[in-house]
Amino acid sequence: MLGVASLTNKALRTWLHGLPGVDQVGIEARAAALATRSIKTTSKSWAIDTAIGMIDLTTLEGADTPGKVRSLCAKAQLPDPSDLGTPQVAAVCVYGDMVGIAKEALGSSGIHVAAVATAFPSGRASLAVKLADTKDAVKAGADEIDMVIDRGAFLSGDYRLVFDQIAAVKEVCARPGDAPDAHLKVILETGELATYDNVRRASWLAMLAGADFIKTSTGKVQPAATMPVTLLMLEAVRDWRELTGEMVGVKPAGGIRTSKDALRYLVMVSEIAGDDWLSPDWFRFGASSLLTDLLLQRQKLRTGAYSGADYVTID
Amino acid sequence: MTPRFEYAPAPESRSVVDIASSYGLFIGGEFVDPADGKSFKTINPATEEKLADVSEANAADVDKAVRAARRAYDRTWSRLSGAERGKYLFRIARIMAERAREFAVLETLDNGKPIKESRDVDVPTAAAHFFYHAGWADKLDYAGLGPNPRSLGVVGQVIPWNFPLLMLAWKIAPALATGNTVVLKPAETTPLTALLFADVCRQADLPPGVVNIVTGAGATGQALIEHPDIDKIAFTGSTGVGKSIARTIAGTRKRLSLELGGKAANIVFDDAPVDQAVEGIVNGIFFNQGHVCCAGSRLLVQESVADDVIHRLQRRLQTLRVGDPLDKNTDVGAINSAAQLARITELVKAGEAEGAQRWSPECTLPERGYWFAPTVFTGVSQSHRIAQEEIFGPVLSVLTFRTPDEAVAKANNTPYGLSAGIWTDKGSRILAIADRLRAGVVWANTFNRFDPTSPFGGYKESGYGREGGRQGLAAYLDTEGTH
Repeated sequence: MLGVASLTNKALRTWLHGLPGVDQVGIEARAAALATRSIKTTSKSWAIDTAIGMIDLTTLEGADTPGKVRSLCAKAQLPDPSDLGTPQVAAVCVYGDMVGIAKEALGSSGIHVAAVATAFPSGRASLAVKLADTKDAVKAGADEIDMVIDRGAFLSGDYRLVFDQIAAVKEVCARPGDAPDAHLKVILETGELATYDNVRRASWLAMLAGADFIKTSTGKVQPAATMPVTLLMLEAVRDWRELTGEMVGVKPAGGIRTSKDALRYLVMVSEIAGDDWLSPDWFRFGASSLLTDLLLQRQKLRTGAYSGADYVTID
Repeated sequence: MTPRFEYAPAPESRSVVDIASSYGLFIGGEFVDPADGKSFKTINPATEEKLADVSEANAADVDKAVRAARRAYDRTWSRLSGAERGKYLFRIARIMAERAREFAVLETLDNGKPIKESRDVDVPTAAAHFFYHAGWADKLDYAGLGPNPRSLGVVGQVIPWNFPLLMLAWKIAPALATGNTVVLKPAETTPLTALLFADVCRQADLPPGVVNIVTGAGATGQALIEHPDIDKIAFTGSTGVGKSIARTIAGTRKRLSLELGGKAANIVFDDAPVDQAVEGIVNGIFFNQGHVCCAGSRLLVQESVADDVIHRLQRRLQTLRVGDPLDKNTDVGAINSAAQLARITELVKAGEAEGAQRWSPECTLPERGYWFAPTVFTGVSQSHRIAQEEIFGPVLSVLTFRTPDEAVAKANNTPYGLSAGIWTDKGSRILAIADRLRAGVVWANTFNRFDPTSPFGGYKESGYGREGGRQGLAAYLDTEGTH
């Protein structure tokens, strides 16, 4: 892309540092202003279903077991047994060793299996280990790979190394023949990048290197997804499409727990990137507890009364 | 098929406010009928429906109000300690905050501005002005304005229709904090929040006559300005009327502060944080339908990035939601009056006739009421009327510049000097350019931000005197012991 692969680290740095700056006060004010949109009645109902369909239902614990993953997959397919019209989620997101279990449990439901890879969440391993981690998940049938960038390299100014690693992981996401390639989501871990200027540069770097999606966070670092950071990444994919004609997806992950939050993100998607992104192909929520609240709100809209946590299945 | 995220209507309830069918004049702590029984109607500019009949004060009514204010000044208000005055102001501020929703809905109904602005800007900022000045009331000796600053007496205040309640707060809060009493005339198209404020004064047990509100049009204002027992006039409005006021009171002992028109330059350099600059441009000119004296109505953009900035601006304007001001998702509301709409329409026609390119996003305007689509003119030069005259509407004129010197020269090349904006990532440039701009307020990487602690006022034909901050107190105090 743009001949950047053949460029030196210095050239890459010059290019990334030539992107327009981000004014912190301004971007936070814009996100806060969008959060005041009032989404009611029919639009609320539409937005709740749209949000459910965009969830990457996630379990990323050391204590994950086949049983835990199977029950998560069951909830992914049938989020609300009291209303079979409830949409399915977009994907189930697990560690690489659980991909086979999840694939089997999800069967032909159409729900994707996403695997975190590349020494998630820290990314502190050699490229060889990261690639082996990825290959393993791809071989087990992962539809999507959520990789982490090397934040240490990024913060030390070694953009070329970050670029090369993304490009290398992208290569091993490919499958031979007609089998579909695994989609690559690149996690920037914006909480460690710290500044908005860094988030903008990392977003462009990931897109240059071939990311299908750019994702805010692992969920293991605070702060995880925030509205201003996601807004900035939505601007990046919008501008990328204007430059190249290609669409890249955005996935905020971590810390989005309520329907109100989810609706605010959808407002942002619509008003910043545009309605083309309002699809699970281009926007995802990385979340575990968000689904529960969306289901509660959905029941409220359907029945006119709030039920309670005991009326939504925990997994 | 791409889904569309349609926002369902989300109207704020208008039942939170009771509007009387008719209003008297607020004189000496009560509502009284005008001497000759005349009234005029105030309407909702978004629908043209009548909201209420409002009394029209003549010279006799104004005289009555000034007498009430003088009596209150002599007998009560000037004898109270600063701390006591401060208590009343704190009480008013708190009541305004408690009744914020009522004020917001009423302001939107009478003015046409979107509820999100009256709710999030006008009303909270108005309350903040009372809180801020309440704190000054007992500290005037330490404001750095001399050892023993004294109140002036009775102040006549005339305010515009663009921020009816906020301008009232800008005027009344400092006047009361400094120990003066007030006769205020709100604009004839937007009297209702001032009349609700009168109710707040009663609720706060403010001594009768400290605040008097006389409604009416130009003749009422003229009677107030000409009244011999007024010590000071404070006016916010057009430069034409401001000049006429200055002529009227020339040779009298009355003091005068004027906050008049503007034609602010919003300067975008090639290294600006571009997405935030676009937000600042939008906020600068489409906030309150552009009915803002300090609006960033001239966009000066560096020629090397002009195409990109205009492209981003036009894309952004397509997401602006124009319509029912009471809907919580409305970004741009109604034009305040038929007369203002005619003025905007005339200037926009002149812009087209003079050869500038007119552009508006696609938007459907309501059939009833006064509406004007957000409009951007490109290819504008300094010699165009739309670059020189204050339009006071949602119309942006885009000019380009090549160098910082040229930006400064164009920005200053106007009879006005109220405000300006600078957009750049370079701090040193902000300081250097701000130093050379002849404008009372210079915003850096933001626009249209208001705070009671910050003095506001103009250079040149934008007026004189400052409002807000320590400097704003001086406009209501005799600081030289000569009064």
